[in-house]
Amino acid sequence: MKNNRLMGKLFSSPYIVWAVIFILVPLGMVFYYGLTDKTGAFTLENVTAIMTAEHAKALWISLGLSLISTVICFFLAYPLAMILANMNVNQHSFIVLIFILPMWMNFLLRTLAWQTLLEKTGVINSILSFLHLPVLNIINTPYAIILGMVYNFLPFMVLPIYNSLVKIDANVVNAAKDLGANSIQTFFKITLPLSIPGIISGITMVFIPALTTFVISKLLGGSKILLIGNVIEEEFTQAGNWHLGSGLSIVLMIFIIINMAVSAIFDKDGEGSFL
Amino acid sequence: MKSRMKKIFLLSLFSISLLLSAGCGSSAEGKNGEVIVYNWGEYLDPETIRLFEDETGIKVIYDEFETNEVMFPKVEAGATEYDVICPSDYMIQKLLENDLLAELDFDNIPNAKANIGKQYWEQSTEFDPENKYSVPYCWGTVGILYNKTMVEEPVDSWSILWDEKYKDNILMQDSVRDAFMVGLKLNGYSMNSTDAGELETAKNALIQQKPLVQAYVVDQVRDKMIGNEAAIGVIYSGEAIYTQRENPDLEYVIPKEGTNVWIDSWVIAKNAPNKENGEKFIDFMCRPDIALMNFEYITYSTPNDAARELIEDDDIRNSSIAFPDLTQYQNLETFRYLGEEADQIYNELWKEIKSE
Repeated sequence: MKNNRLMGKLFSSPYIVWAVIFILVPLGMVFYYGLTDKTGAFTLENVTAIMTAEHAKALWISLGLSLISTVICFFLAYPLAMILANMNVNQHSFIVLIFILPMWMNFLLRTLAWQTLLEKTGVINSILSFLHLPVLNIINTPYAIILGMVYNFLPFMVLPIYNSLVKIDANVVNAAKDLGANSIQTFFKITLPLSIPGIISGITMVFIPALTTFVISKLLGGSKILLIGNVIEEEFTQAGNWHLGSGLSIVLMIFIIINMAVSAIFDKDGEGSFL
Repeated sequence: MKSRMKKIFLLSLFSISLLLSAGCGSSAEGKNGEVIVYNWGEYLDPETIRLFEDETGIKVIYDEFETNEVMFPKVEAGATEYDVICPSDYMIQKLLENDLLAELDFDNIPNAKANIGKQYWEQSTEFDPENKYSVPYCWGTVGILYNKTMVEEPVDSWSILWDEKYKDNILMQDSVRDAFMVGLKLNGYSMNSTDAGELETAKNALIQQKPLVQAYVVDQVRDKMIGNEAAIGVIYSGEAIYTQRENPDLEYVIPKEGTNVWIDSWVIAKNAPNKENGEKFIDFMCRPDIALMNFEYITYSTPNDAARELIEDDDIRNSSIAFPDLTQYQNLETFRYLGEEADQIYNELWKEIKSE
């Protein structure tokens, strides 16, 4: 018994060291900077700065765009996850691979590729104008940002839903059918409720990165649409005001914690956890 | 029991040291030590670094930044110790005022005084009054790059960037001072203005311009203009020659309202761990043949008169883009560091424009 506990400590020590250096210390620094001013005195000003017109607007747009992206991801991912779950084993491992494959490529590269695709004289428009079709003008608009978010984060929605769908016992579904439920009833009464943990963690895994992104809006939005992630990034890189940047990050953390709390309530067993 | 504790201790010690060594990640030093260089992206010919390493046996650790504003906090924080840095005029002034630069020993940099033209030393006195801290590396202007097939009328004024005809065809610089320079100059003000009223006018002009702007970009102006993505862009003169080479339809002008004449210079950080190697590096960069290699690679105007003499192509040596006769333009200015308070005002106004 004693031995087991010691072994546990032994094996967890690298992770504990890792967590302290790379999670707790930076987090502490964010809170220190966020709650002090340039002289080092305590202040809430950096946090309440979220109320100013520009910051509130940026947060609002970020919430809106990431919500829309999450909803689109959900409606694309659910049918897909069902198809995957219903396939036989050999086929589905191949299809799942196809879905994970793009994630092996760097996220920035893929987003830059979308820029080249969507540009006015880009690949898609060249093909469209060659076919004498009206050209697509969505680069540097919110639509391009949503597209970028959906494209980049879709696998994070598909995989947890898929995971919770394959775990559903076929006997439960068969029992429902035996008792006279048609396929629509089976879906809404059995499949959907049983896959809720996967849905919730999918939503978390799409919503949080979408809310905090600054790269997608910079590359696909032409820096014309300021998301809260861009505001924070610019405070650190351009304006050199780490205090304000950290204060706004704390506000963003509150939203993330709310989201994670909700998902913890639904996903008690960690069933829908990623991969 | 005791030995097991010892094992745990050793293991955690091992993992910490592993992390630390991964963090430092220093590979083998050159036989004469190393020099850490922090330069703009794509701002010298990589071949010159190899030549320097071969000749001196000093290993170059090379790091890049995209804007002055990104560079400053990294140097100020001192987390990474740099030897040689290449900031612009106003940022050198800011570094100096924050006591972050080391005085150069020009005995170790004989090529600087010998080859760099007199007027560039004079221009440098705006931010380095006694020419003690910086050696000019590149200079140029900021102007309008336009596509002759898309723009019909003659371009000679910043006001074309407010022309409704070119909606969605205009590229602006995505950095505070450069964007405000355009807004201020358009209205006939100094680009170093700290007057609240003048800044407000410039801000409103930039807000009014925003619906016409296709995108706010920094280095991407070059590729987008080459690819015919936009008709007009605000660009650094050094990029203009390169873009013209790639796309002959492009033309560069210095607007009549005046513009920014900038200068990027080599400086050495106060906490530089290898100051002497840094001076050797700067001296090497001032050698005419090396300066020529860099000019031909990056196409930014060189203040190195001896290198300019070596340019074989007459058109380039006398190019009005690379080496304009500045006396024929009015209201040319160089950025000055305006102080922390003014910086903050600029940043606030810029945020208002960006969130509009």
